[in-house]
Amino acid sequence: MLLFLEQLLNGLQFGVTLLLMASGLTLIFGIMNLINLAHGSLFMVGAYVGATAIAHGSGFFLGLLAGIAAAALTGMAMELLIMRRLYRRDHLDQVLATFGLILFFNEMVSIIWGRQPVAMNTPDFLSGTVEFIPGAPYPAFRLAVIVTGIVVTGLLYFLVMKTRIGMWIRAGASNREMIGALGVNISLLYTVLFGFGAALAGLAGVMAAPFSAVQSGMGENILILTFVVIVIGGIGSIRGAVAGALLIGLTDTLGRVYIPDLMRLWLPPSVADGTGASLASMLIYILMAVVLAFRPRGLFQTHG
Amino acid sequence: MSLKGKKAALLGAAAVMMGSSIATFAAQAAEPVKIGMITTLSTGAGYLGDDMRKGFELAIAEQDGKLGGSDINLIVEDDGLKPESARQIATRMIESEHVDLMTGIIFSNVAMAVVPKVVRDGMIYISTNAGPSLLAGAKCDPNYFNAAYQNDNIHEAMGQYVQDQGFKKVYLLAPNYPAGKDALAGFKRYYKGDIVDEVYTKLGQTDYAAEIASLRAAKPDAVFFFYPGGMGINFIKQYAQAGLKDDIPLFGPAFSADEHLVDAVGEAAVGMKNTSHWSHDMNNDASKKFVADYVAKYGAKPSLYSVQGYDAANLIGSAIAAVGGDMSKKDDFRAALKKADFTSVRGNFKFGNNNHPIQDFYVREVVADPDGGFTNKLVGKVFSNHVDAYASECKM
Repeated sequence: MLLFLEQLLNGLQFGVTLLLMASGLTLIFGIMNLINLAHGSLFMVGAYVGATAIAHGSGFFLGLLAGIAAAALTGMAMELLIMRRLYRRDHLDQVLATFGLILFFNEMVSIIWGRQPVAMNTPDFLSGTVEFIPGAPYPAFRLAVIVTGIVVTGLLYFLVMKTRIGMWIRAGASNREMIGALGVNISLLYTVLFGFGAALAGLAGVMAAPFSAVQSGMGENILILTFVVIVIGGIGSIRGAVAGALLIGLTDTLGRVYIPDLMRLWLPPSVADGTGASLASMLIYILMAVVLAFRPRGLFQTHG
Repeated sequence: MSLKGKKAALLGAAAVMMGSSIATFAAQAAEPVKIGMITTLSTGAGYLGDDMRKGFELAIAEQDGKLGGSDINLIVEDDGLKPESARQIATRMIESEHVDLMTGIIFSNVAMAVVPKVVRDGMIYISTNAGPSLLAGAKCDPNYFNAAYQNDNIHEAMGQYVQDQGFKKVYLLAPNYPAGKDALAGFKRYYKGDIVDEVYTKLGQTDYAAEIASLRAAKPDAVFFFYPGGMGINFIKQYAQAGLKDDIPLFGPAFSADEHLVDAVGEAAVGMKNTSHWSHDMNNDASKKFVADYVAKYGAKPSLYSVQGYDAANLIGSAIAAVGGDMSKKDDFRAALKKADFTSVRGNFKFGNNNHPIQDFYVREVVADPDGGFTNKLVGKVFSNHVDAYASECKM
């Protein structure tokens, strides 16, 4: 039972990491109608710059800020130089162009930082464990990730639901032409929005760096899951991103742990371990298929 | 001087000139040996192929651009860890570049897409890393040589070591792909105690929180894991963060603790034992020279992948020298390769009946490097002249 609680917490933490990525991507996808495969590259830029700053003695918080700022600036530069030309093109062109950007960024980081993965340690004050479930010490850094995710999501929700910019964003998600006609500076809004989404990806990148490998191509794994999250949640919806991220985080974690056990009830262990692991990795895609079968526009729909 | 005398002198000069031009012609005829290298340079695993290539190129540079006295034309292509693109590159190298021999593949799944076909068609292939069991056993081939290891070897050595250390309950983890299953099979071939659980995770998985929580609940007395590259970095960091590092010791193959990986993991990896066929602090002259030259040329520490590239290049050099650079003497070239008449930085090295190495295996421990960063320290030897488990199935 305690183990189950701990696994729930792990699922929550994984969901929160996904959420930081997904909330930025869903805003960009939903409002700008732009498929940005290079969102994972911004995650990578955040992690690399954060890790480098910390390695040069900036301290954790300054490194965090550096990573976020680098990702935001890279994102805005990307929007000004490349994305602008793509809004009116169809999705296939956007996929091709942003896929090209993935290759560009992956090669770029290997030129700057080399092909070897870069080191980033857990900050000292978060390197211990907290034993709030008896007998299951939980890494303090993972708790910090959960807290950060919840706080950021809260702020984001406030921003989108309670402020004027948020109102424009929501209006843009519903009808892009109309909000332009009402005199809102769409191109500025797009640049800011893109930079904001990039900053969130950068934050996720720096927060992921202490427990994962900082290396070229690190953004791709998380990108695929992020797309699954926003498709399940409903494109353009923050609430959808929250629901989708938690659903995917919990399903993936609990599936990985319990499906091989379940399979052993019917199959010999050697077969069960392999097929269980395969089935667990398919589980989120099965979930996505089921959700889309019943709600083709995702759990929370934004577009009319 | 008479007219006749003049004529004779002219003829003589002409003969000398012709003679020298024949000589230059002969020198031109000794064309450089073309080596096609397909390897993984991009993706998160790009540093594996990069290190291997650096080791290979170092051997060429040490001999002034030659191997075994012949000029070398090395053609390097990135397979991007994709079997299908490796296959296309191989076809191009053979049909339009007309390479004399091939080498370089890092991953077994990529190797399986390329090697069986090219060696069947008569191309000589020298592996610098991948050693899938299939190519060591029933499907061994006179054109296929492995200068690295058979896949199971390094895991077998760790199985033996964990057994010798008296651990009774071991927890196993590996990615869910053929080399992951080979790894655990290799470990279990020599470890005879209880296996608490055997967990296969998705290839390329980044978060191991769930697996680590289950592991802690299972209370093993040791953990063996095979996670190369980025997966290894993730796993070791998260394992230490969960506070398990000092309670349950980690054991793995050298792939889970190569020089770059331990540098990226840092403090969390210290104390981890891993098995390898080489360690940079090995006490032999060839190895010392290799490490010094490598650091001087690249300003970075060599990894086991660098060693495999370096040894493969020197092995090829020994065979080129044996045929005097004439790559049309294929049978002689193969026979010379089989002799393995070169000085390996690993010390003992010879080929078994299946053209796979018979070599020694060692245990290393991750320590903080006095020069900064982290590194591996030699602890002891596990196997001497170890033969792989598939050699007897090879009818060669």
